[in-house]
Amino acid sequence: MEQIEDKAPEGAGPGYKHGGAGWMTTRVDALLDWGRRNSLWPMPFGTACCAIEMMATLCSRYDLSRFGSEVIRFSPRQSDLMIVSGRISIKMMPVLIEIYNQMPEPKWTISMGACASSGGVFDTYTLVQGVDQFIPVDVYIPGCPPRPESLVDAVMMIQEKIKRGEKQTKVYDRTTHPLDFQPVALVSGAAQADPELTGTRHTLPPKDVETEAEKKTE
Amino acid sequence: MAVDFAALQATVRERFAEQVLDWTEFRRQACLHLRRERVVDVMRFLRDDASTRFAMLSDVTAIDLLKHPEADKWPERFAVVYQLYSLEHNARLQVKAYVPEVPCETPSVTELWSAANWGEREVYDMYGIRFTGHPDLRRILMPDTYEGYPLRKDYPLKGRGERDNFPKYTEIPEEGRGGRA
Repeated sequence: MEQIEDKAPEGAGPGYKHGGAGWMTTRVDALLDWGRRNSLWPMPFGTACCAIEMMATLCSRYDLSRFGSEVIRFSPRQSDLMIVSGRISIKMMPVLIEIYNQMPEPKWTISMGACASSGGVFDTYTLVQGVDQFIPVDVYIPGCPPRPESLVDAVMMIQEKIKRGEKQTKVYDRTTHPLDFQPVALVSGAAQADPELTGTRHTLPPKDVETEAEKKTE
Repeated sequence: MAVDFAALQATVRERFAEQVLDWTEFRRQACLHLRRERVVDVMRFLRDDASTRFAMLSDVTAIDLLKHPEADKWPERFAVVYQLYSLEHNARLQVKAYVPEVPCETPSVTELWSAANWGEREVYDMYGIRFTGHPDLRRILMPDTYEGYPLRKDYPLKGRGERDNFPKYTEIPEEGRGGRA
């Protein structure tokens, strides 16, 4: 953006008035990005203690609104910055992706804390090891949990990204990942002998998606 | 008016001689060890008898004794643990019912305490112990498509690939997109 000072035209009388900058030239993109980066509406996806730090960041002591990002929206339709703060289990991940896809574009994502970024200390059977496997992430915040300054810094990094005109270009669609793993037999073995026990009422959906191996052979 | 645990032990041993395996006390916490077959009858007695009145079921959980250093002391692999509380007498009692690996089932106590409903569902979800007579026995914590019982000791901590293989969204390559880019 550049500003051009309004000068009095030649021959204008003493009654000519102007209030400084009367007009400016810019690109529409730059103007929109200027608006976007100074009015980020975050969608808080808080599932754990990182969300408590996020609340602290929004409150008066750290006051994220000083940086143009105060309007927390709990509706994805009205927000453009998703802050994933906390552990995401494999039961929660489809919900997260649904909400992410409901956000209008352009949109940006912050992965806040160790759990959202990598699973953290929870290297267990139920936890997604990093949300970036499933949704695009712009800024990662390390820490367990990160301090509010880190979140403020991340928001400012997002603003820098918007200033550079960087937008998420990946488009995600709901498809089913090929369920190509085979459950390993239980160690004790006795449970295997009981078909009632192993064949529980909850089984995986039918394998109707071709696996990577099948694709390669074709 | 407290519960006389010595008298209670004698009464229970007399009335349910076949069912009582053991009675232990640890730091003044009494624990009744039972066979699982008539657990509902014993529990009904504990709930309704005037000398006990364990009207409140605080918790239902389970123990997997596989590879436990003292596993040979216990008759079966699993123990379902009921924590009872008597509001009238301000007393607590722990009841353990031992469940074998095959068939991995035990009677449900939902007819005595409604609070057992979700607790037993959690035990079923995590240990695979089925409660016969439960009105709605299905998973409560893990996704419905999940296979296996993650709190069993022979279940790998990192799972069996579930966290990398579940229905999810995948990226559409640029050339495959319809509509606006």
